[in-house]
Amino acid sequence: MSGLERQQIADRVAQEFQDGWIVNLGVGMPTMCSNTPIDADILYHAENGVIGYGPVLPAGQEDVHLVNAGGQNVSFIPGAAIVHHADSFGIIRSGRIDVTVLGIYEVACNGDFANWKVAGANGGGIGGAMDLAACAKQVFVILEHTTRDGSPRLLKQCALPVTARGVVTLVATNLGLFKPLGDRFLLREIAPGVTVEQVRAATGAPVEVPPDLKTIRTL
Amino acid sequence: MAKRSKVYASFAEAVADIQDGASIAFGGFAYPGVPFNLIAALLKQGAKGLTCVTNGTGGSAPDRMPDIGMLVQNNQVAKVVASFTAPTRASDRIPLTQYVAEGKVVAELVPQGTLAERLRAAGCGIPAFYTPTAVGTELAEGRETRVFGGREYLLEEALPVDIAFIRAWKADTAGNLLFRRSQRNFNPLMAMAAKLTIVEVEEDFLEPGAIDPDEVHTASIFVHRMVKIPAAPEGLWPGRRPERAAPPGNQAKEKQS
Repeated sequence: MSGLERQQIADRVAQEFQDGWIVNLGVGMPTMCSNTPIDADILYHAENGVIGYGPVLPAGQEDVHLVNAGGQNVSFIPGAAIVHHADSFGIIRSGRIDVTVLGIYEVACNGDFANWKVAGANGGGIGGAMDLAACAKQVFVILEHTTRDGSPRLLKQCALPVTARGVVTLVATNLGLFKPLGDRFLLREIAPGVTVEQVRAATGAPVEVPPDLKTIRTL
Repeated sequence: MAKRSKVYASFAEAVADIQDGASIAFGGFAYPGVPFNLIAALLKQGAKGLTCVTNGTGGSAPDRMPDIGMLVQNNQVAKVVASFTAPTRASDRIPLTQYVAEGKVVAELVPQGTLAERLRAAGCGIPAFYTPTAVGTELAEGRETRVFGGREYLLEEALPVDIAFIRAWKADTAGNLLFRRSQRNFNPLMAMAAKLTIVEVEEDFLEPGAIDPDEVHTASIFVHRMVKIPAAPEGLWPGRRPERAAPPGNQAKEKQS
């Protein structure tokens, strides 16, 4: 029941990107979305003020002055620009980011999600996630469907402190692609080799299954 | 009497008069723009009771450049204001955690865009502003919000600091600065938010006029002291940050400051 690999989850999310979108990728699995070959002209924005970055450069070819949000040495695409941090978050808060893709701990079917503080932690790691979550036109989240001990991460209500409320429009996990619908998740597509029963058993909220359920086509 | 030059001969000299209890903003995001040499000098200088404003305190990776976590471990820090105050992976440890748990350091967690804007506001004479960020979260509990155009916003106050430590690519002797690539990040904002801005500069100083006024990123008004970074190993020049392996199993999240 493991379903999709990490890169395959990112691949499926990247196929949602539309031509002309400005996309902000969070650190971790979301950064893998930029590895996916897609037929759309995307401008990648990083919170540290890089507008228009390309692939990570191999050792020896890197520019040590240029990193993405994860600190990886990326390249520029032609037409790239640099702004300072306040302008970079001005881009975010003014609603110019079409989608942000974030790695998270939990998501609820009401669109709330949590990704900055684990249970019992003293302090947290917010980074740019709260600004992005509150202000991007759409918020896509990527996560493993369950915790290491098998507990669901797709829930009716978040148990952890939330990052933002009611903002998530797409949830991608190793088991499928979901849309939060308020009181339930819609299973848009299911991972190959996974059954609807398995998805329901691993999910902590009702799951609506459309009659014409599609299987995720891996690249 | 001639005005004192902004160019200092050493980092030790540039930080010598920093007082206990000072608030200091530290520029940089990942490696680019971090004032490693000034942090190293402050570790030796020893001022205590500092408030450190920074994106993150560092210290989770084994090979550490000078970081705020080292100032914490050197018992120089009373308070940290940052967008990361805990490790971003459950398996990681950062020095700050223990000091906060023992009550030796106070940590204020601020979303990164709010941190940037609080610094910008301070540098622009704006005492406070409203932002949509963090509304409805634990960070907004008990705080003032206001509705504009049907949307709720959270009141945030400016974050002025006594001193800014920043790193720039080029400077002229008047104090005009250029940053390279993503080295810019928080640095221009912190220079404006501070009463005293101290800069470590990568390239040899230029004569005034050598930088076209149209090209200046941070104007000389905001810059007070500058030191040329010596060649390695005396000077600190970060390279590529070591790649960290993907976490095993179903750890879906990994973040680095």
